[in-house]
Amino acid sequence: MIQAKGIHKQFGALHVLKGVDLDVAERELVFIIGPSGSGKSTMLRCLNRLEVPTAGSVVVDGIDLLDPRTDLNHARQRIGMVFQSFNLYPHMTALGNVTLALRKVAGKSRAEADEIGHAALARVGLAERADHRPGQLSGGQQQRVAIARAIALEPRVMLFDEPTSALDPELVGSVLGVMRSLRESGMTMVVVSHEMGFARAAADRVLFMDDGLIVEQGPPAQIFEAPVHARTRGFISQIQRH
Amino acid sequence: MIDTFFNATIMAQAWPIILAGLGNTLALSLMVVPLGLAGGMALALLSTLRSPWVRWPLMAWVDFFRAFPPLVLLIFLYAGLPFAGLELGGFACVGIAFFLNTGAYYGEVLRAGIESVAPGQIEAARSTGLTRLQALIWIVLPQAVRAVLPDLLSNTLEVVKLTSLASVVALPELLFQARQAQSLTYNPTPIVAAAVVYFLLLWPLVRLLSRLENRAVAAR
Repeated sequence: MIQAKGIHKQFGALHVLKGVDLDVAERELVFIIGPSGSGKSTMLRCLNRLEVPTAGSVVVDGIDLLDPRTDLNHARQRIGMVFQSFNLYPHMTALGNVTLALRKVAGKSRAEADEIGHAALARVGLAERADHRPGQLSGGQQQRVAIARAIALEPRVMLFDEPTSALDPELVGSVLGVMRSLRESGMTMVVVSHEMGFARAAADRVLFMDDGLIVEQGPPAQIFEAPVHARTRGFISQIQRH
Repeated sequence: MIDTFFNATIMAQAWPIILAGLGNTLALSLMVVPLGLAGGMALALLSTLRSPWVRWPLMAWVDFFRAFPPLVLLIFLYAGLPFAGLELGGFACVGIAFFLNTGAYYGEVLRAGIESVAPGQIEAARSTGLTRLQALIWIVLPQAVRAVLPDLLSNTLEVVKLTSLASVVALPELLFQARQAQSLTYNPTPIVAAAVVYFLLLWPLVRLLSRLENRAVAAR
């Protein structure tokens, strides 16, 4: 589903990604962990071209994202993204957030878009909040609306950039619950997060990134219980202490 | 005192003249406010282009017309340009002067609004496939305008007051008409009347502005 090869990303003198390869199979859930500044968010953002890699290639669902002839806005409908800070549109209702791209990008009529939007909000357990503005919702509810906004476009892949990091602990569960049900529906997912319990239960593969490279990868049990590299061990023991 | 400044007989005589002036002030405002807003929006949108070939000329333009007193600009257009064979007429001169002057002010206000919108908003919009332009129209501008609504309104108040400058190019707006009535009646009552009319016209806007500003403080 995703083939990323030799991804480099430089911001001026800063070399954030130093040749990352990432293949994700259909229906696979890949977890990316690593210290801050390791390049994991940048890597994720290269997968829908929010960041343009300095070198390398990114193919998602058969579409070459770095080919200048690619209709990027069309491709992005197939790649849903969820952000750490939700990034809901504060001047629109939950339903408005979910339906904007349906109407403006997918070309649906307002009635069609509203129907799909209501269904998407129901999937994240917020059918009754359709008319609420983001400011009237809790953080967990906002993040679920953000997930609904992405899944309403029926993406082939979902990217999650630290989806629970900005949430109070008691609100994390509701978001993870939605992610789990997405997982069960067969969605291909790439998740940058430190929710180890969720990773253990749901991930097919865990990647440990450090200093712009993938240091180690494998099934969650292996990475969390028997990491091979010292850097991985150090990082795992650090986040387990919290 | 009352006979000098609040003379009822003179008031009755001057009233139709003042009213015609009010009509012209309103018409002028309805021309220059949208013109200034359109010019300001164009400048603000241009400022979102990061190219130095756009930024520097834009900055020079905005600085120049914010520093150039609008009255001087207006008189230059009206009384200066005819020496170069260009006679534009009072109405056109007012339109151009206000477009240049208030456009620069509105432009700065709107630019601040656009810059206040979090970058994550644009990223979220782009990640769902919206184009740059669609993100600007549906996500950035609505939030930008909301953020600077008090400043836009405050600027608009200033612009409506500035329309009295049109009197110097003999456009029969409120102030000009009041001065006409004053010289016809040899009495300052029409000026007082004009002041009252300005106040009645602008006071609701001032109230609205206070409420918006209070709400902005409360939201903080």
